[in-house]
Amino acid sequence: MMRLPPFTYLAPLSVGEAVRMMADHGPEAMFVAGGTDLYPNMKRRQFEPKVLVGLRGIRELVGVRGEATTGLVIGAGTTLTDVSEHPAVREHVPALAVAAGLVSTPPLRNMGTIGGNVCVDPRCNYYNQSYQWRRAIGFCMKKDGDICLVAPGSSRCWAVSSTDTAPVLWSLGARARLVGVGGERVVPVASLFKDDGIDYLAKARDEVLTEILLPPVDGLRCAYLKLRRRGSFDFPVLGVAVALSLDGGRVKTAKIVLGAVASQPREAVEAGALLVGERLTPALIAEVAGVAARPSKPLDNTDLTHPYRKKMTKVFVARALRRLAGLPDSPENEEEVA
Amino acid sequence: MSTEEFSVIGKPLAKVDAWEKVVGAARYADDFFLPRMAYAKIRRSDHPHALIKRVDTTRAQALPGVYAVVTGRDFPAVKFGILPVSQDEEALCTDKVRMVGDPIAAVAAVDEETAEKAADLIDVEYEVLPPIMSVEEALAQDKVRIHEYGDGPNIHKAVAFEFGDVEEGFRQADLVREDVFFYQGNTHLPMEQHAAVAQWSPDGKLTLWSSTQTPHYVHRALAKTLQMPPAWIRVIAAPVGGGFGGKTDPFSHEIVVARLAQLTGRPVKIGLTREEVFYCHRGRHPVLMWIKTGVTKNGEILAMHCRSYVDGGAYGSYGVASLLYTGALQTVTYKVPRYKFEGVRAFTNKPPCGPKRGHGTPQPRYALECHLDKVAEQLRLDPAEMRRRIAVDEYTKTANHLTITTCGLRECIDRVVEASGWREKHRKLPYGKGVGFACSSYLTGAGLPIYWNDMPHSGAIVKVDRGGGVAILCGATEIGQGSDSVLTYVVAEQLGIDPKDIRVATADSDLTPVDLGSYSSRVTLMAGHAAAQAAERIRTLLHEAVAKKLEVAPAELVSRGGRVFVKDDPERGVSFAEAAVLGETMHGTLACTGSYTPPKRAGKFKGSGVGPSPCYSYTACVAEVSVDPDTGEVKVDRVWIAHDVGRALNPLLVEGQVEGSVYMGLGEALMEEQVFREGLHKIPSMLEYKSPTTLETPEIYTILVETVDPEGPFGAKEAGQGPLLPVPPAVANAVHDAVGARIDEVPISPEKVARALELKKQGKPARVGPERLPVFKFPEPVKVASAFGEAADPSVKRKTQG
Ligand SMILES: Cc1cc2nc3c(=O)[nH]c(=O)nc-3n(C[C@H](O)[C@H](O)[C@H](O)COP(=O)(O)OP(=O)(O)OC[C@H]3O[C@@H](n4cnc5c(N)ncnc54)[C@H](O)[C@@H]3O)c2cc1C
Ligand code: SF4
Repeated sequence: MMRLPPFTYLAPLSVGEAVRMMADHGPEAMFVAGGTDLYPNMKRRQFEPKVLVGLRGIRELVGVRGEATTGLVIGAGTTLTDVSEHPAVREHVPALAVAAGLVSTPPLRNMGTIGGNVCVDPRCNYYNQSYQWRRAIGFCMKKDGDICLVAPGSSRCWAVSSTDTAPVLWSLGARARLVGVGGERVVPVASLFKDDGIDYLAKARDEVLTEILLPPVDGLRCAYLKLRRRGSFDFPVLGVAVALSLDGGRVKTAKIVLGAVASQPREAVEAGALLVGERLTPALIAEVAGVAARPSKPLDNTDLTHPYRKKMTKVFVARALRRLAGLPDSPENEEEVA
Repeated sequence: MSTEEFSVIGKPLAKVDAWEKVVGAARYADDFFLPRMAYAKIRRSDHPHALIKRVDTTRAQALPGVYAVVTGRDFPAVKFGILPVSQDEEALCTDKVRMVGDPIAAVAAVDEETAEKAADLIDVEYEVLPPIMSVEEALAQDKVRIHEYGDGPNIHKAVAFEFGDVEEGFRQADLVREDVFFYQGNTHLPMEQHAAVAQWSPDGKLTLWSSTQTPHYVHRALAKTLQMPPAWIRVIAAPVGGGFGGKTDPFSHEIVVARLAQLTGRPVKIGLTREEVFYCHRGRHPVLMWIKTGVTKNGEILAMHCRSYVDGGAYGSYGVASLLYTGALQTVTYKVPRYKFEGVRAFTNKPPCGPKRGHGTPQPRYALECHLDKVAEQLRLDPAEMRRRIAVDEYTKTANHLTITTCGLRECIDRVVEASGWREKHRKLPYGKGVGFACSSYLTGAGLPIYWNDMPHSGAIVKVDRGGGVAILCGATEIGQGSDSVLTYVVAEQLGIDPKDIRVATADSDLTPVDLGSYSSRVTLMAGHAAAQAAERIRTLLHEAVAKKLEVAPAELVSRGGRVFVKDDPERGVSFAEAAVLGETMHGTLACTGSYTPPKRAGKFKGSGVGPSPCYSYTACVAEVSVDPDTGEVKVDRVWIAHDVGRALNPLLVEGQVEGSVYMGLGEALMEEQVFREGLHKIPSMLEYKSPTTLETPEIYTILVETVDPEGPFGAKEAGQGPLLPVPPAVANAVHDAVGARIDEVPISPEKVARALELKKQGKPARVGPERLPVFKFPEPVKVASAFGEAADPSVKRKTQG
């Protein structure tokens, strides 16, 4: 079987201790929460940390606090199962419950945390392979090499942001609390990411993501749709998160965020803007979906073909908006329901 | 079901090994830990096609914790392979690698981590050769050669047969139709990754435990490659965590651990990674197919001509048989009076293909059943009704000289038509919903052995203890299909005892008589017969002894309910344990052998060896699907499947086999594909090689049809493979019924369905599938008179038993 490389596991009991341990061990160390992303990657030698700072023993990281009306606060160490089953999350931010509940499999959701999910390593099917496989094809720049195998002329890595929850958090306007040796800061989830498959997080190595802060929900409607081959196991090869607020039947605010089509979640800004001030008619939805698909630029490095993923962006955005408008999924069935 | 006459047969009993599997007590090969055991790791090729210039093991040898490093030079220069005609594999490659993953060197070390590190420290220098990655490429050029043997450059085997004049049949036909199909390769994906443990005893004898479906062939391969007397080698098949044909070849890693154990003087274990299992492969061959039939306006077939272009991968494996199977069983389901088959298997630089559940027949079955659906559509016939009309008759011969005994196909068709509401659904459901129909047949054990010999295919010993306990010793291999259970039921029935009083010891070359292995759906029939015969002989001895004691004639006795008693006076009798004492007192030690050799019914022409079987199972299937026209996603909502199993020795086990086959067939139909990029397997992991989960598995309605075949033990035919066959074409035909798109290749991915619907919108034919065939000149066909419609040989028993 595949074996983990040797490492030392440290088990801090507080965020402060975790941050210090991380600072002490420098680039040799990594945080690990549920380990459902990191350990398989270590077995394939995508990461070879000498020290792991385990976050599982830190009580303050676990749990959902606060009220939906003033803004829920989700500890980064809360498992995906707990997020997806939490009554307030299900009621007020159903898209988040759905996204968390669609991650991988039930056993992995029992271990995997929302913090780890936001920080999940971008994926590429030239990269998420064993050391021996990567040696055979020739190492790429994300690990052990210096070229990109998907886009050979490129000077950057195009690994795919594969988190299910981040697009939803972004669409909701959530913020993240980061605690590091230099202190603490709160940033929008939208500015937590960088469009780079290797250096994908805009956070310092020693910073722990401690909390996700959701804004007050007030007339908010949200949806998340995920494209993948099977009903379980699979990472998204396209995610569509939409959050809207309505005012007298007209859209007041709207955010459409695409997952798994770039190295970070990608907001379809132009498409969102088209919705504001308008009624959610089938015609507008069709138009917006077309515009939303424009920033979707998948490459050939995941399951299903990239032209298909691009084509489905439009279908999925339309579906998400139609669901929020109370319309059937496909325009062809319109009369049936009406 | 007619179970009244039996106490055990036909009863839905739990498997005899259910408890140990459920509580995790079963010891698979990877669960063996022996004192001082070392761990092995194989260094595999990074290139799909290359000459090995140099292998330097210095750095690996210097690593602390390494016990031994071997290369191909450390083995006798002998090749091996499952078929005598394709001895083309080496324990470790010496001069050339033919695929990424080919074994080059191996290490034994103190633990797995060290072994892996050492394997990576082996320096290999290659001279890279151009790889050949498809059958088209292989047939198109003759400059680069993967092997130096075969029927042409890169052609492993080319065959052609004609049974009757097909052109004449086409001339008489009302409709002649041609279609082209492609069936993508896929792999078995057993839960258990292959593992093996080797140990040498101080007197120089070898024991190997392995996750294998064919310990007998591993035994032969070890003797050959290690140049040792077979008498000094003991091969034990550990419980196998799923095989499906993926563990029916002898493998390099089995030979390697044997050698490493000899060199290190330690037991040596190897457990393959999932990626390495993808390199072992021996899975479904990708096959490009052309099919032409001439039919009457009622859909009766007058002539059929099939061609297969088979992508074999890097080695021979079972390939010659696989190739022949893409043609041989096309005639067993429907009446085909004239039949022509041409096939070619090419070598490519990919993991070798071989036998996966259904061995060589799901591909042509897909072609035939989708083709017939189109024929029915064109003739405006109901596809189920048409198939019913052209189903073969029992006790007849096919054009290619195969003997059919019982055939429950018409009943299978009627039952699924009824259960599924076919008539109310076909061509009547709303857009996006559809039903599809398909049938199939499969062999119950290959009629000929893999290496030429006249010995039995299966043997068993039944031994009775003084306390009334019974032991069955048989070479059959339990791979999860329930073979240990079947042996137990058969013997329990013969001796009239509780299955719990029986122990089975199987698949151990020292202790058990040879059984050829768990492949070709042969075990229930062949090992079942062998065990039944041994038990019957024991029963005769016991009855003789009890008869003497009770002063009746032996013929007046029966064994049932744990007693041996007078049939007409059940009060007069003895317990089975007493019978055992009486028996041993009279006859000495109570142990009898039984064996089974299939009837010799192959046609008298070269190449007739693949296809004959004592009897054939039959299946009919209806799949109901929902297709999302926006995304092209296909969801299978329900599957109805009726299977003629002859007799269900245990209906639970048969249903399990049928459901498992449906599940596997759905995976092949919808998503599984063995695909390559830049010479490498693109997705060698359980996450990215998409195989359905329970969420994709629909409700399956299984209907068992019992024809009680005179060739099978208690009338049983096979159930392990046949039910897979109709599933992919039933799904394809249902997709057509739902949205009017023909997807003439598997997997039927959402992209392909979406593309077909796109084409339809553009006013083009809504079809996705292969467009052209490679240019290839098949050999002149072997011309043999068609045996179609002839009565079965007199050697065929007609329903006597059961
Ligand atoms: C078979 C399989 C299928 C999967 N399918 C999906 C899927 O469908 N969708 C999906 O989104 N993911 C999927 N995953 C990935 C993973 O299971 C989830 O993303 C999970 O939520 C990760 O959480 P974790 O706590 O296990 O993270 P870990 O593996 O512990 O960590 C992941 C990364 O985040 C960092 N990290 C973790 N917590 C923190 C923190 N609090 N602060 C700073 N850094 C932190 C770690 O250092 C590491 O780099 C799958 C994984 C597998 C093995
Ligand atoms: S996108 Fe390019 S550089 Fe990044 S992981 Fe894939 S192949 Fe490597």
